[in-house]
Amino acid sequence: MRLGAVARKEWIQLRRDVRSMILAFVLPMFLLLFFGYAIRWDIRDIPLAVLDQDGSPQSRELVEAFEASGYFSVKERPGAAREVADLLARGTVRAALIIPPGFAVDLAAAAGSGGEAGGAAGTDRSAPVQLLLDGSDANTATISLGYADAIVARYSSRVLLQGREVVLPVRAEPRVWYNPTLESANMIVPALVAVIMSIIAAMLTALTISREWERGTMEQLASTPVHRLEVVLGKLIPYLGIGAVDVSIAVAAGILVFGVPFRGSVLLLGALTLLFLIGALGVGMFISATLKSQVLATQAAIVATYLPALLLSGFLFDIASMPVVLRGITYIVPARYYVAVTRGIFLKGVGADVLWVQGLFMALFAAVGLGLATRMFRKEIG
Amino acid sequence: MTPAVALRGLTRRFGDVTAVSDVTLAVERGELFGIVGPDGAGKTTTLRKLAGVLGPREGDAQVLGVSVARDPERVKPHVAYMSQRFGLYEDLTVGENIEFYADLYRVPRAERPARLERLYRFSSLGPFQSRLAGNLSGGMKQKLSLSCALIHHPEVLLLDEPTFGVDPISRRDLWLILHEMVAEGVTVVVTTSYLDEAERCDRVALLDHGRVLALDSPARLQERLPGRLLAVRTNDPRRARELLKKLEGVRRAELFGDTVHLRFEQAAADETRVRSALTAAGIEVLAIEPLEPSLEDVFMELVAGAGNGANEELPDAETSREG
Repeated sequence: MRLGAVARKEWIQLRRDVRSMILAFVLPMFLLLFFGYAIRWDIRDIPLAVLDQDGSPQSRELVEAFEASGYFSVKERPGAAREVADLLARGTVRAALIIPPGFAVDLAAAAGSGGEAGGAAGTDRSAPVQLLLDGSDANTATISLGYADAIVARYSSRVLLQGREVVLPVRAEPRVWYNPTLESANMIVPALVAVIMSIIAAMLTALTISREWERGTMEQLASTPVHRLEVVLGKLIPYLGIGAVDVSIAVAAGILVFGVPFRGSVLLLGALTLLFLIGALGVGMFISATLKSQVLATQAAIVATYLPALLLSGFLFDIASMPVVLRGITYIVPARYYVAVTRGIFLKGVGADVLWVQGLFMALFAAVGLGLATRMFRKEIG
Repeated sequence: MTPAVALRGLTRRFGDVTAVSDVTLAVERGELFGIVGPDGAGKTTTLRKLAGVLGPREGDAQVLGVSVARDPERVKPHVAYMSQRFGLYEDLTVGENIEFYADLYRVPRAERPARLERLYRFSSLGPFQSRLAGNLSGGMKQKLSLSCALIHHPEVLLLDEPTFGVDPISRRDLWLILHEMVAEGVTVVVTTSYLDEAERCDRVALLDHGRVLALDSPARLQERLPGRLLAVRTNDPRRARELLKKLEGVRRAELFGDTVHLRFEQAAADETRVRSALTAAGIEVLAIEPLEPSLEDVFMELVAGAGNGANEELPDAETSREG
């Protein structure tokens, strides 16, 4: 009954506080849409400058191969090499393809020698083309390079074989599971739910105990026979409800707005979400009970959750390839487990037989978080 | 029967400041007990200690026979505490606040309508049930606090300056409620810096700098200053005051309208000496009467006697409010 009373009181206060309602419902949706659209790893239509100094049918064919791939889009056709440098510096294009004069001649020679000798080692004639990449964005540059290599290789083999059928000794048959089109939204959006809820949950509860100390209502509350655990759990309940609603909306938005497939069990996601939320809310509660000041507690909550959830959860960077110290730290970032849960359930459709480990860790985290919060919260002044 | 409240050698320091120093006192059941003193005297600290919201340090405080230091939670169901600062939720309505406290104290649902009806009648807050507590006036806020404190029928009521900053009408209402509670057998411990309010109490502890200077009924405290106060009425009060201030044996001379109030040292007041001194200076004496000492006079005297000669005045209310 007391637990219910604290929960009810907290909910009434939340409902009447516009700032809290924005933090609870508007901010998570904003972050989801913002990050969901802003973070993209698939790179298409890389703006390309082409300087074709050969002007032969062969050189035009190569340029066409670049455009037909869908990865590059020819934006500029400068007349001189000087202009290419300028276009790259301005960022008008991210890559430039320069085909030197004599390309067609060299190509014919290379194809001819390769053709008759069957790839004899003595002939090193080939037709060079120059590819300039904007390395200031290393990620895009690396990916562009990969695409360009593939396009040039395919073009070369076509020229070399001249339409003949050849069977290569080894052939890889790639099949990408879970995300066959390698759509980056599929990878980002489920994990984003975990990252956003880590931050929102801690920020929401960071205010709850510190506010009562600041407003002087805690002194009065402390004089009643209410148990510390009743206060901590009672305050948790409304936020747990808010968190569950947030996750539901975010999952729906992921499916409907971003077109992310949902292959697993809704029930399992629900159960693991509650475990995760209790832990994440417990972090904020602990901070709130310790710092007793709303401003400090909010800042601490952001610092304690934002960067770890963003960088150490496996959302942006693969945990397995982190240095061992950082990898160790990821074990105390609850978002780490929840990222695995959302990706697993959304994309892989895995069940409790796989995710019980994450569930166990999140349960442990929730128990420790709430235990610490209750321990730090004292019904005493000074 | 154990006393309702018993303090033995209670001491509390905050850093270098000793808020309460070796306070020993007992409050009988059903008593209206006042703790009086200037701001910073240690009233709030003492009350917080009794309410079990201040961590234990030296000495012991017992409420209803249970040690607050050792087992604060066992005392709390039978006690109500009203903090000096408004401690209810301003974003909850009057009714929601009372219901919340009724829930916390596990007041049976069946009993609530009758209790609420009575509290609303007492406090005249009935028409404001659905108003947010933050929109109430100072006096109404205090009455709401008291209502929340009384919802569970406490045996001991601890009130920290309940009438501070409250309008005279609400102040009277609050005291009416307190007297009614005492009549029902509730023990009330109330702190105040208003000495006229202290006179309403059964017994009063005078606190200064964390020490108990005196503890008795207001009447008995006032008897401690027999014949040492004189009211002197003359045709030239200002000059009379200047003159009498310098008279030997006079500790204080204060102007109240056209009357000079004189307070003498330990020796009894000397009416003849006053009269002759004034006459010699050409001031016409209209009347000299012995004055009934107020609690304030007693308090001043005790504070001065405690070796704080410089501390003759009550400290400025604004400079040192207890946190």
